[in-house]
Parts: sequence; structure tokens; C-alpha cells
Amino acid sequence: MAQQTDIKYLTPIAVDIRKKKYCRFKKSGIKYIDYKDGEFLKRFVNEQGRILPRRLTGTSLKYQKKVAQAVKRARHLALLPFVTDNLKSNN
Amino acid sequence: MLNHYETVFIMTPVLSEEQMKETVKKFEKVLLDKGAEIVHQENWGLRKLEYPIAKKTSGFYHLFEFVAEGSVVKDLELQYRRDEKVMRYLTVSMDKHAIAYAEKRRNLRKERAAAETEAAPVAEQPAENTNNE
Repeated sequence: MAQQTDIKYLTPIAVDIRKKKYCRFKKSGIKYIDYKDGEFLKRFVNEQGRILPRRLTGTSLKYQKKVAQAVKRARHLALLPFVTDNLKSNN
Repeated sequence: MLNHYETVFIMTPVLSEEQMKETVKKFEKVLLDKGAEIVHQENWGLRKLEYPIAKKTSGFYHLFEFVAEGSVVKDLELQYRRDEKVMRYLTVSMDKHAIAYAEKRRNLRKERAAAETEAAPVAEQPAENTNNE
């Protein structure tokens, strides 16, 4: 009689071990986020040009505010689009 | 109270290089007349816009970094609005981190420019006109 503890799986159960997110600004000691650097800011927007939430990027609140500010300034100066499609692929 | 400011403005692409320089001179004069001290300025040249402004898809960008009274900003922006050659402008006051960053950026650009002039006769940059959409 096989006991319950004897169950063997053919493939190991997928236990996803998520890597802990961290705030890249805190980690690398960046104090100021430049609105003039459109290429850098593209990391914080999705393909449609919307600002990515903190829960995805792991940015701390303090710097998320600054990222948002910088993205908005960059948009005003036409360094980033307000809306678009395929922001990442055509660059 | 004196503050540190940074201003970027976009001029229409219909201007010739000469006219563009003249416009920049004009705003430089506005700043100097009002007693501002220009710390740094940068010309980014003709740049593609991410979205059209006034039916134009490119523009001349210019940046000033200056130290002045807050009232100067008001005058400068009034001049921007009066000048039809200016399509967009943005003036921001800089905190201590921004000032530190700007200084670092300036040095970096200087170094890069120096390196480029050194390397220019040896290796020309490859042309980037293969980007068809």
C-alpha cells in the first residue's frame, strides 16, 4: 500500500522562486533622474508609452515619484511619446 | 533669492542654422540683461520629435543652465511665448542633486567630445540611414 507521502512526481512541481525586486536607484545610488535622457526613461514605460507601476519595476516610492516627474517632463519636450504603439521594437 | 534653473526650448525646424543661432543669442541676451549668470549651455541641434508639434516632426533643441532670481524665469517665459520660432519650452528649478548631476554630465560630455576629436581621424562613425520603417 502506497502511502500519501510516497507520491512521486515525474516532473518536479513548479515552485516559483521569485527574485526579490529592488529599487535600482537606491541600490546604485542615483539621486537625480534626468528628464533629458529619453532612452533611459524608456525602461520605465511600457510599449504604449505608459509609466510602469512600482509593483513591476520595484522602484521605491521616493524614486517612483521622481521617475514619473521625469517622464512627464520628457513627454512635454517630445523626448518621449504620450501614446504610441511598439515603442520598444522600432528603436 | 538666487536659484539654479535649467531651461530647454525647441525651435521650429524651418529656421536656417544662422537664424537658429540668432534666436539662441536673443534668449541668451534676455537672460544676461536680467542679470542671470549662465552656467552652461548646450545645443542639441536638429532632433526628431517623438510626436508632431505644430505639424513639425523635428526641432532645434537648446539648453541653458543659469543662476538667477525667480522673477527672471517669468520674463524669459514671456519672451518664449512671444517668439513664434519657439515651439516648446520647459524651465525647471534644480535642487542640489540636479546641480551635482548637471555638473557630472557636463564633464562627461566634455570628455566624450575630447575623445571624439581625438578618434575622429582614425575611425569615422558608421552612417545610420539603414533604419527603414
